Amino acid sequence: MIRDPFANSEHNRVASGLSRRHRTGKIWQAIFFSSTVIGLVALVALLWTVLDKSFSYVAIEYKVDPATLSSKPLQELTTAELVNLLETNLSKNRFRTLDREKTLTERTHADLLTLVYDNIVKPRAMDSYSMSQWLTNSQQIRAEVAEKFPDAKLEFRAWINGDFLIDPLSGDPLQAGVSTALLGSLYLILITIAVAFPVGVGSAIYLEEYADKNKWYNRIIQTNIDNLAGVPSIVYGILGLAIFVRTLAPLTSGALFGNADTNGRTILSAGLTMALLILPVLIINSQEAIRAVPNSLRQASYGLGATKWQTIWNHVLPHALPGILTGTILAISRAIGETAPLIIVGAATFITSDPTGPFSKFTALPIQIYNWTTRPQEVYRNIASAGILVLLISLLSLNAAAILLRNRFSRRQA
Amino acid sequence: MTTQTHENNIIIQASDLSIYYGSFRAVKNVNLDIQRNKITAIIGPSGCGKSTVLRAFNRMNDFVQSAHNDGKILFHGQDIYAPEVDPVQVRQMIGMVFQKPNPFPKSIYENIAWGARINGYKGNMDELVENTLQAAALWDEVKDNLKKSALALSGGQQQRLCIARALAVKPEIILMDEPCSALDPIATLKIEDLMRELSVKYTIIIVTHNMQQAARASDRTAFFTMDEDRAGLMVEYGETSQIFTRPQDKRTEDYITGRFG
Repeated sequence: MIRDPFANSEHNRVASGLSRRHRTGKIWQAIFFSSTVIGLVALVALLWTVLDKSFSYVAIEYKVDPATLSSKPLQELTTAELVNLLETNLSKNRFRTLDREKTLTERTHADLLTLVYDNIVKPRAMDSYSMSQWLTNSQQIRAEVAEKFPDAKLEFRAWINGDFLIDPLSGDPLQAGVSTALLGSLYLILITIAVAFPVGVGSAIYLEEYADKNKWYNRIIQTNIDNLAGVPSIVYGILGLAIFVRTLAPLTSGALFGNADTNGRTILSAGLTMALLILPVLIINSQEAIRAVPNSLRQASYGLGATKWQTIWNHVLPHALPGILTGTILAISRAIGETAPLIIVGAATFITSDPTGPFSKFTALPIQIYNWTTRPQEVYRNIASAGILVLLISLLSLNAAAILLRNRFSRRQA
Repeated sequence: MTTQTHENNIIIQASDLSIYYGSFRAVKNVNLDIQRNKITAIIGPSGCGKSTVLRAFNRMNDFVQSAHNDGKILFHGQDIYAPEVDPVQVRQMIGMVFQKPNPFPKSIYENIAWGARINGYKGNMDELVENTLQAAALWDEVKDNLKKSALALSGGQQQRLCIARALAVKPEIILMDEPCSALDPIATLKIEDLMRELSVKYTIIIVTHNMQQAARASDRTAFFTMDEDRAGLMVEYGETSQIFTRPQDKRTEDYITGRFG
């Protein structure tokens, strides 16, 4: 303990006030710490709910128990054995119809397996119990299932699995996958980046490096961009509907390029709308990054007889790129989770064919998740959770890619 | 447009030069003849327009949107503000070293090579880098780490790198805007020695706050001050020895003896 040098002097008051000032500081520190804790708790709660629901025990009723069909699990049967199964268990007419659609012996293994499930086994999910429910009272659940669904079997199911990623959407929650929505989202983001990044960075360069900030029209443009960043996304949806879906339908439907369908509700329209949506944010972030480039660097370049473009290309842009990429990451994270404008520009809520190009009909992950959560059955909540996990993982991988890219550029700078 | 300057050893000449920022006149009616292969120092109190005049010599003021000039600056008799003159070319012929060392965040080698490359230098780049680094008295210190980032150098080394970088684009004049104000006394002396060596081949104009530096390192000195409207003006210009020992003007005398500014 250090002796208080002011203890017996006139300055005593200063010293006592000091401990009060420190106390105030401590209180604020505690407040800031608890804000962080609140955020963390919310995040953990979200992840826990989603993970908990992605793994569950499902009560499934089979029309025909797969165990009675074959001694081996159905997945391990050969194609010939599967065709054989179909022939012995289906009526002659049904079998012939299926064979006429596409010769059965020429179908893939996965295709045949689906046929066996759809036509013979016919599983139906009756109810579902999340991991935490199961772990806390499995006895009670067993009793309940035995009473309510005497024919059902309780099976553990990881809803997020390989099949979930590659299967298209289906009316049957046990077979539904997210490939349609995942591909839709990826196409959407690709188009959004391809349009928004060059346009956004280009505008930012123009506004920061070329535009005369004292001119009234440039000030109006700047104010508008700042305000557009706060416009609700649904408004952009309406804009996209009017411009891309309706007015530019020949272009966005692909009719100009020989596409038969003239409906503009395509991935291209949605991507362009998303690009418009994130453009203001992207421009503002890029402007900030460009503004943060020290003026001394520009002067050094000009002082050596560099032109404006040489200065921008060789010094300003490389220096601003990490910041621009950070802004892009933020903008894209916003775009990938956006739902409202997609509904307006016509994302399909039920579509089973994967998108094949910019002129495809599409759905996207957030739309799909929203759609599933509106269903009353418990199993849909499970696939919605698995869908959320897929969305989070794809978001994280996109961001990780952008961060890696950014770090590469910042290292080259130093 | 070409009017022959009256003396052949005058390389650049400001005549009736006034510089405005918007409606504010920062510098008024400066007449300054800079002699070839001499070191000319511009001294004066803060805000007297020394740096503004210096930046006018290679059109760096063009980047200040409100700045405009009256009068002429003649380089080899050619007005550098004439409409047919490209400011980029002016800056290549009249290089600049700034107050704070500002190397590019690249390798030492690249710092020097870049300027030469964008100006269309086609010769042996390694040779050019070595020659300019030697001319800037930096070669011995960095020859083994040319690939190292220029930002890893000390402040004095960075400033000499900036001088080397300016030399690489083969200017005739080097403008120095308080090049030593961010450096310690030893680094400052090195730069002053370097200036002396460079003046054999180049013309140097230096703005400085440090009167000893002007007295030590320059051949000719111009003293600037400002009038009651805060407009900068040139009071006196002559041989450095004369300005510091026998100033003609009372204001110069007050300034160099420390009674003002």
